[in-house]
Amino acid sequence: GPRPAGGGAYWVDSQQKRYVPVKGDHVIGIVTVKAGDVFRLDVGGSEPASLSYLAFEGATKRNRPNVQVGDLVYGQFVVANKDMEPEMVCIDSSGKSSGMGVIGQDGFLFKVSLGLIRKLLAPKCEIIQELSQLYPFEMVLGMNGRIWVKAKTVQQTLIIVNILEACEYMTAEQRKQALAKLSGN
Amino acid sequence: FMQRGLDSQTKKQLEEEEKKIISEEHWYLDVPDLKEKESCIIEERSFLRCEDLVYGRMSFKGFNPEIEKLMIQMNSKCKEEEIEEDDKMEADVSDEEMARRYETLVGTIGKKFLRKRDQRVLKDDDEDEDDEEGSSNTRPSKRAKKMFLKPQD
Repeated sequence: GPRPAGGGAYWVDSQQKRYVPVKGDHVIGIVTVKAGDVFRLDVGGSEPASLSYLAFEGATKRNRPNVQVGDLVYGQFVVANKDMEPEMVCIDSSGKSSGMGVIGQDGFLFKVSLGLIRKLLAPKCEIIQELSQLYPFEMVLGMNGRIWVKAKTVQQTLIIVNILEACEYMTAEQRKQALAKLSGN
Repeated sequence: FMQRGLDSQTKKQLEEEEKKIISEEHWYLDVPDLKEKESCIIEERSFLRCEDLVYGRMSFKGFNPEIEKLMIQMNSKCKEEEIEEDDKMEADVSDEEMARRYETLVGTIGKKFLRKRDQRVLKDDDEDEDDEEGSSNTRPSKRAKKMFLKPQD
């Protein structure tokens, strides 16, 4: 339902699975095509986004970033409207990468609904706080519904993935029970 | 030519008749025009603007220390909390090394640019310190360089 925010804005909540590119959103994209100077990334929208090889920190015409087809890239949209193909970059306005760029090897990418992403990105999210107590791991959340997780072992990674996926429909109680079982192991 | 005029006249008459018929059929409101209110609704595609969202890349329990630093940086930008850790970036060279380097480096480079008189003064000072070898080594090599080498026949 509609909720108030700090700035006096109200918005309508709705469950949505399909992502629509929006300027400024940080998303995880998969490189599908490497076409000369530009990469095409699948971001889960209606069309692939383009990413120039110069849009990385420290990239020049001679110093090209090491991006291959099939790589995962975390970046933000600079152009995203219904009339044009969306464009992404992996640097922010000051030219620094600040965490964006190619996401490393290993790890696991999976898809969740946009509503869950919003929950996870809320400040002081309980799910995140509880998970962070479990094992050391790292995670990248894309606003396009994609999450990438990497932990020390495959088993730990999959456990975290399963919990996140299940958070869609689990209540807080069920989640705490599940986590208690796991940390007991 | 009269025919053409007649034609245009008949056309006009026909048009007028048509208009009358049509205008009678048109419905119109007797209500006075409503003032258009400025719409306070802005359509926004993403909830990025609505909520104070945390940065999307995160790491826990020291899995990826760079990202953990980034998390603190990014989240403090949003919340403007005081950063408890030092703001200093980890230096490649420690402070002690820096001090040692400076001691020796600045001295030797400084000597290079001194005039001859000052160099002699320095040399006297150096002989008192431990830098004897250094300065005495440089002396002969400089002299060697300055001296003209006769080409061998």
